[in-house]
Amino acid sequence: MPGQAAAVQTAAREIFYREALNEALRQEMRRDPSVFLMGEGIAGRGGSYKVTVGLLDEFGTKRVMDTPIAEASFTGVGIGAAITGMRPVVEILFVDFTMLIMDQLVNQAAKYHFMSGGTRSVPMVLRTQGGVGNGLAAQHSQSLEALFYHIPGLKLVMPSTPYDAKGLLAGAIRCDFPVVFIEHKMLYMNKGYVPDKEYVIELGSGDIKRPGRDVTLIAWSNMIPRSLSAAQKLAGEGIDVEVVDPRTLVPLDKKLILESVRKTERVVIVQEAPRRGGVASDIASIVQEEAFDYLDAPIQICAGRNTPIPFNLNLESISIPQEEDIVQAVKNVFVS
Amino acid sequence: MIDIKILKNLYKTMYTIRTFELQCIKLYRQGEIRGYFHPYLGEEAIAAGVCAALGGDDYITSTHRGHGHCIARGADLDRMTAELLGKKTGYCRGLGGSMHIADFTGGNLGANGIVGGGIAMGVGAGLSCKTQDQKGISVIFTSDGASNNGIFMESLNLAAIWKLPVLLVIENNQYAVSTPIEDSTAESDLYKRGIGIGVDSFQVDGNDVIAVYSKSLEAVKKCRNGQGPILMEAKTYRHGGHHVNDPGLYMPKDRLEYYKSRDPLILCREYLTETAQVKQDDLERIQQEVESEMDQAIEFAAKSPELTLDEFKKMTEVY
Ligand SMILES: Cc1ncc(C[n+]2csc(CCOP(=O)(O)OP(=O)(O)O)c2C)c(N)n1
Ligand SMILES: [Mg+2]
Repeated sequence: MPGQAAAVQTAAREIFYREALNEALRQEMRRDPSVFLMGEGIAGRGGSYKVTVGLLDEFGTKRVMDTPIAEASFTGVGIGAAITGMRPVVEILFVDFTMLIMDQLVNQAAKYHFMSGGTRSVPMVLRTQGGVGNGLAAQHSQSLEALFYHIPGLKLVMPSTPYDAKGLLAGAIRCDFPVVFIEHKMLYMNKGYVPDKEYVIELGSGDIKRPGRDVTLIAWSNMIPRSLSAAQKLAGEGIDVEVVDPRTLVPLDKKLILESVRKTERVVIVQEAPRRGGVASDIASIVQEEAFDYLDAPIQICAGRNTPIPFNLNLESISIPQEEDIVQAVKNVFVS
Repeated sequence: MIDIKILKNLYKTMYTIRTFELQCIKLYRQGEIRGYFHPYLGEEAIAAGVCAALGGDDYITSTHRGHGHCIARGADLDRMTAELLGKKTGYCRGLGGSMHIADFTGGNLGANGIVGGGIAMGVGAGLSCKTQDQKGISVIFTSDGASNNGIFMESLNLAAIWKLPVLLVIENNQYAVSTPIEDSTAESDLYKRGIGIGVDSFQVDGNDVIAVYSKSLEAVKKCRNGQGPILMEAKTYRHGGHHVNDPGLYMPKDRLEYYKSRDPLILCREYLTETAQVKQDDLERIQQEVESEMDQAIEFAAKSPELTLDEFKKMTEVY
């Protein structure tokens, strides 16, 4: 049966994170004609990280729109389209440049549902890309998720694998609220299993990336692969790490996190962003509030330094958690 | 006619920018330089011509394509190369790299990773000049793509209502990465934007250093006389892709060939030898001088240390 052969192939199919994102866009654009894309160099060029390659050919210029360098305005245009029946996916090349659109995003998009008494919504996805890598220095390397996390009215998604990237982007496009969807520049060329069939991951569902008994390690985005290799190393030293990926920071899958914490009784949170005022601190406060009695050791946060990202390679790498920092943080929760 | 010494200096500045870019691109290919690197190749006449019209008290703000501005404002190749190599002896101690390069001692307020990021700050420098009765003016280097960002019009308007000593230079290379200007604006003569908000605005051939220099002299003089701000659009074209890893295949061959035939260095050399009667030997001497300066810069940068972790920690403690 041809179907069966295809199913076997599908199971083995590994594609890049950027290809998985492309598939999600294609899937949703085929399904729903109100979905369209806007951004700088996303049409003919296919985007700086090749996420939108081929979409112009299939969907045409009305649905894959190149914009001038006018971030605040085209984001606002996206919001306007979203409140009048469209489902825009607006791309901001670097999360650093979302600082130019904060009024439109925070004062307009995030408030619209609320200010209309819950009668209106802004079904828009803001795709962007962040994190350290490749020596791009202080204005192209930031991890700014905490800013969006702080704003009621925004959803916040940070996928770590190709599988999650595809399912979550589809979930984000179907969500009726504005979603900030932050990809990581170092993940685009990671490969992983992705079914070619249509699927959707609902926002708010986390995932256990590695089951373990001894300690719960919570991380997201590019800190997941790094934490998984740290866990591998620690397994050799007899520490069985459970790696929990919330996948979406808003809404946060508290249930999954707390279940894991109650099982392992030790917690490490790893974040690439600077430590101060970060999402890790908030997750730590949720855990201590809701599972204090289970904790056998203080929660460890392994985070970036409270500094902009330097250009110099060595200094760049010491500015964010490396595998050995994560290993050390895990060991710290076993010292009593 | 322009003084021979000035003419030779214009050529030297352009040749220095050209040499710096070509040598540093080599280093990039060898893996010695990383990150984003936006070459100024093909646009040398603009920085050279404008900066030659400036004095010691003047400020500039620069862009992501900022090596040329930095050199034309008199920066030292040693420290520039060191910055690109991420070394402690670099202008930003290796923390900034190509996109943030600046010789702050020369009134260069900084390159910028954010397109349009320097425009308002440049107006602010103009405000400083005016309110503090400083002699200087402020030159803002910006680009066609940046002129589509709201901050461009807002800043120019502020400069206009406050009559600030600001010269805003649009380097119109007709592309924003791969997007041709026709796709991002319905009026590609960008100087017209200034007219709409009451700013003295004009266009100049950005590949002709003599023209850029002459027009800049007038503009700078006006700014110093309280007749600013002024907008100068310099039309030009990149010699390659947007950055060193972009082959620029979307640039039509014939357009590229046309602009390469109007290479600012070729045009300047022609003018110097034919109209100004400068000897070929003189030009060759200038070139050799620049080349050996660049060789020394590379050696200096290669030998330089990096900022240590302790030094880094100490500096960033304040955050
Ligand atoms: C606010 C902002 N948006 C987008 C970018 C990404 N980007 C860097 S350079 C560039 C093109 C700039 O074109 P232009 O302003 O014409 O300058 P040119 O590169 O041609 O000198 C873009 C889109 C950025 N750095 N900052
Ligand atoms: Mg341009």
